[in-house]
Amino acid sequence: MPAIAVDSLYKVFGKGAKNAVAQLKRGVPRADLAAKNVTAAVIDHNWSIEPGETFVVMGLSGSGKSTLIRMLNGLIKPTAGTIRIGDVELGSLSSRELRRLRREKISMVFQHFALLPHRTVVENVAFGLEIKGVDKTERLERAREAVELAGLAGHEYKLPAQLSGGMKQRVGLARALAADTEILLMDEAFSALDPLIRQEMQDQLLDLQSKLGKTIVFITHDLNEAMRIGDRIAICDGEVKQLGTAEEILMHPADDYVAEFTADVDRSRVLTAEAVMEPCGTQDTSALRRIEPDVPVNELYQPVLDSKAPLLVVDDNADPLGVVTPRSIIKSLAFEPETAADGEEERQPA
Amino acid sequence: MIEYLRNWFWTYIWKPLPDMPFGDWMESFVRWARDAWSIFFDGTETFLESVYTGLTETLLFLPSGLMVLVFAAIAWAAKGWKLAATVGVGMFIAAWTPYWNETMETFSMVLVAAFFATALAIPLGILAAENRTVSTVMRPVLDFMQTLPGFVYLLPVVMFYGIGVVPGMIATIVFCMPPGVRLTELGLRQVDREVVEAGQAFGASPAAILARIKLPLALPTIMAGLNQVIMLALSMVVIAGLVGGGGLGSVIVSALGRVEMAQGFNAGLAVVILAIFLDRVMQGLADRTPVARAAELAR
Repeated sequence: MPAIAVDSLYKVFGKGAKNAVAQLKRGVPRADLAAKNVTAAVIDHNWSIEPGETFVVMGLSGSGKSTLIRMLNGLIKPTAGTIRIGDVELGSLSSRELRRLRREKISMVFQHFALLPHRTVVENVAFGLEIKGVDKTERLERAREAVELAGLAGHEYKLPAQLSGGMKQRVGLARALAADTEILLMDEAFSALDPLIRQEMQDQLLDLQSKLGKTIVFITHDLNEAMRIGDRIAICDGEVKQLGTAEEILMHPADDYVAEFTADVDRSRVLTAEAVMEPCGTQDTSALRRIEPDVPVNELYQPVLDSKAPLLVVDDNADPLGVVTPRSIIKSLAFEPETAADGEEERQPA
Repeated sequence: MIEYLRNWFWTYIWKPLPDMPFGDWMESFVRWARDAWSIFFDGTETFLESVYTGLTETLLFLPSGLMVLVFAAIAWAAKGWKLAATVGVGMFIAAWTPYWNETMETFSMVLVAAFFATALAIPLGILAAENRTVSTVMRPVLDFMQTLPGFVYLLPVVMFYGIGVVPGMIATIVFCMPPGVRLTELGLRQVDREVVEAGQAFGASPAAILARIKLPLALPTIMAGLNQVIMLALSMVVIAGLVGGGGLGSVIVSALGRVEMAQGFNAGLAVVILAIFLDRVMQGLADRTPVARAAELAR
């Protein structure tokens, strides 16, 4: 069973929202509604997330991603469509049941940290447990563990005002981890941080995720970030423009909108040996140096230069999959992606 | 021509009319209300009177010299030794005037009136912050309460309660309440939306969000409101001397009637000293709220 599943989900702000959904379903463009002061934030989302998956929702500001994440924990009610958390349909819950669901199943990390300024780090981290009604000694104990997990050991009794931005967000992360929920919602969690700190936090999140295996929904406007941490990425602009793995989006952008985003991505970091390899052909591969298929291209530069011969990509059973040569690397990095839409145009008679 | 109109109005309008009855109606309404709701008026009167008397007797229990030290100690606890010294000197001067008892009476009235005003203002402020309709209805009422000159409140309360300390305190409670309501509402509305959202996202109930997030974060603003409540209470309690409110107000009213400059000045000085004490101590307490201290750390 998926951890989260949404089905024909719509959220429209403004007067006559229900009517607007009907119009959107008939194919009236979003801009036409905007002219009437009706904002369609989320349009026809249909997707599901498996437990343990990191799902990134990527979009520019105004693309409805913050609205989307707030619908997943019931802070905002959908205009139409359904959301399932496990086997529970959110729309069927009373506000009391909804609060219980949030306490037990879903926690959230916020862009501007949303910490209580008068509480120390551990007290902030213990907040979720406090709301759950865990007694004081136990919740502070568990909060201290979460603080350590988030890499804040030694800062337990500081106030948020004494911490840097990155450290504050570690507190926000620790607070969410301490609540010990299956689902973690992260709303532009690293967007307010300096680039270096941001990268550090991304690494830490990946590291934590490999240990904890939470179901994460991560919102960002930065495609590089999305590609670094997401198992799958949904590129949104009201509706979902494309949903897929980083490689799929990079190699086969669905339309010009997506292609424009991918232009700025550091492809060498996302593409792997598997994506850039060429067929082995008939050559003798026994003497070639072997590499695994999921090595990123930027780690192949030196090996490919050092060895005169191509590198052999092999799977788990040591069976050859293809070869990587300087030529294949340059070709894939310089590759101008052809969008599906472009392809269609070409197929049409002139 | 004008003369003609005047005669015309007199003959056909003013003369046939009976005497203006509104005042009589109001008076009979007040008489009726006083009897019909006597339990309420008697109850509040007895209650406020006994609270006031009890507190005043407590304040006057120690000799004035010792009380000066007590006030200095409160100032020291609230802020520090500098304020303690200022308050010590000030209170010594107040005790030096012939009006120490009246000063303590006035102080007691301020405390009682401000306490009940706060007890009403904070729940009203919370209600206004949580509910748009309440806020919209309350705003013009508060504007009205705040713009009406203070002593206008004395009239209706004198009609209901006669003259004395209680009507003075009731008028004071009504007069000093608005900033308490306003700043409570403002403080609660100013709380960072994302922090409130964090509370919701972790499944906190509205009551828990109010108690654990909104009120602590709004506390410095609420304290600023209370400071204003107390300052307004002090000014009104002095005006209440007009209706036999006792304390420094009565001293000042009688000085005014007999143009006793020295008496008026001494009593006025005691009022100023009380005002400084109350303002600075409240300021000191506001700076000690956890949020204010955390903000201090950030600087």
